[in-house]
Amino acid sequence: MKPLRLLAAALLAGLCQTALAQLSIEITGAGANRIPLGVASFDGERIVSQALVSVIRADLERCGLFRLVDTGTSPIAENAGINFTDWRGRGADALAVGSVIPASESGRYDTRFRLYDIQKQSVLTVGGYAHSAAPYQLRTTAHRIADTIYEKLTGEPGVFSTRIVYVLKSGSRYELQIADADGANAQVALASREPIISPTWSPDGSKLAYVSFESKKPVVYVHDLASGRRYVAANFKGSNSAPAWSPDGKQLAVVLTKDGNSQIYLLNADGSGATRIAASSGIDTEPRYTPDGQFIYFTSDRGGSPQIYRVPARGGEVQRITFEGNYNVTPRISPDGRSMAYIARDSGRFQVAIMDLTTKQTQILTDSQKDESPTFAPNGRMILYATEIGGRGVLAAVSSDGRVKQKLSVQNGDVREPSWGPFIK
Amino acid sequence: MRHSALIAVLAATLLAACSSQPPAPEQKPSQTEEHQPVAAQTAPVVQDDPYALAKLKDPKSILSKREIFFDYDQFVVRDEYRDLVAAHAKFLIANPKMGMLIQGNTDERGSREYNLALGQKRAEAVKKALTLLGAREDQVEAVSLGKEKPRCTGHDESCWSQNRRDDILYKGEY
Repeated sequence: MKPLRLLAAALLAGLCQTALAQLSIEITGAGANRIPLGVASFDGERIVSQALVSVIRADLERCGLFRLVDTGTSPIAENAGINFTDWRGRGADALAVGSVIPASESGRYDTRFRLYDIQKQSVLTVGGYAHSAAPYQLRTTAHRIADTIYEKLTGEPGVFSTRIVYVLKSGSRYELQIADADGANAQVALASREPIISPTWSPDGSKLAYVSFESKKPVVYVHDLASGRRYVAANFKGSNSAPAWSPDGKQLAVVLTKDGNSQIYLLNADGSGATRIAASSGIDTEPRYTPDGQFIYFTSDRGGSPQIYRVPARGGEVQRITFEGNYNVTPRISPDGRSMAYIARDSGRFQVAIMDLTTKQTQILTDSQKDESPTFAPNGRMILYATEIGGRGVLAAVSSDGRVKQKLSVQNGDVREPSWGPFIK
Repeated sequence: MRHSALIAVLAATLLAACSSQPPAPEQKPSQTEEHQPVAAQTAPVVQDDPYALAKLKDPKSILSKREIFFDYDQFVVRDEYRDLVAAHAKFLIANPKMGMLIQGNTDERGSREYNLALGQKRAEAVKKALTLLGAREDQVEAVSLGKEKPRCTGHDESCWSQNRRDDILYKGEY
């Protein structure tokens, strides 16, 4: 396990600026829609370093839905009296306060927090977590508190506690890395001299399926994260690629070429029982289940150019989904099943697009050139994707309404192939 | 004891390794029968020509030519490669135990998985040409590296055209 040297502090600061700048340029009045929120320093936080509240603030600010109100440097305990008039005067609609208290067990702490509605002069929620002073435990605690604040103020679950996986290429070395949703706390799940692509989380977050070229051809593996053990899920003659989990985690859709061109097959998660789901004389690839498991969306060139289609997961009639343009690939269905992110090519530019699956309305969400591999946050709010800036592979995120934008890069190397993990149960 | 046991294991491993390789020139048929009777029974009538293997690396032989380039968004094996493909097909026919891996590659533009499928089409195109000329289907494996292993890492057509390519590898080279 080797920590990734992310440009953490500098990057986070940059992130906020980028996101805010984008907001002010793109949509007038967006600033007014952001909820003014104060997150005070927690009483006793200095005992465990100050990596707690700074992470909560960074999470909430980066997501683009809040404007942080200056709370001064004095800590405010979770049980302290609140002067609502004063906080209203400072422009806060909500205020989070808290305390870090040493627990009876040595090396353990209890962090308690309280979230106030300043307008209504009421308590929105109280919460608490037990943890150690280890940096990753502090970060986990901070992410959970940020998730709670986010959910109370927006009505939808936060994703700060979730994890992402991506591939870091530095020189001729490829690493499959897992990090917190903010890119910090990265760990290496696999290192290889050969490429790794298409990592994707099992629905329960315990495993990753991915494609490795370590045997000079693409082979699909399933990797258990707790044990570090992995097995070959698909290694048929020819190429094996593009794994996608069924929502119940019992099956994998994969692309095999054992019968000629790239075609989509369903396997049991242990790799047994390959059955073909659709048939074309050309390319079928990039399968993805809908969250209800009813359909598989995929890319095919059966109509002459790569377009997105869908087929019932039990087999049946194939239906074309994209019609605009001559290159639409990499379908990813939103967690609520209502929209689809994909990559559209227009005038040589590959960009993240989103389609409302009911109205079929489409919108290009980015202004970059080489976008790839979009992946929805489990709450559907953000779409993480790979792109290239200044010749380097970076990760970027855009909100599904196109308003909030973020960037994530590493000092040395190219980052690519992101996949956003599920909610932590 | 330990040493002799280890040597025995090594010897067995070496013998096993030999059985899956083309016979060496000095190897007598009786020897093969003695150690690998099953292999000897199923051995094809046509023997692999051990001297032919050297041609694969001889720069003067067309068999040392292992690259086939493709036009943009195309999977057609161009006419200029007719002799090259024919020579490799002939070699596979003459060396029935020999196996081949064709790796298809693409330029960097577009989705990784879609490019993987495009590279597969290119590899399949050469495989099909070889089998039509008489190579056995099970001698040739067509795979794709997509855009993952670019030979040229620039971002213009001069690089892209080098990366739209099939590489031919023979058993022992992959």
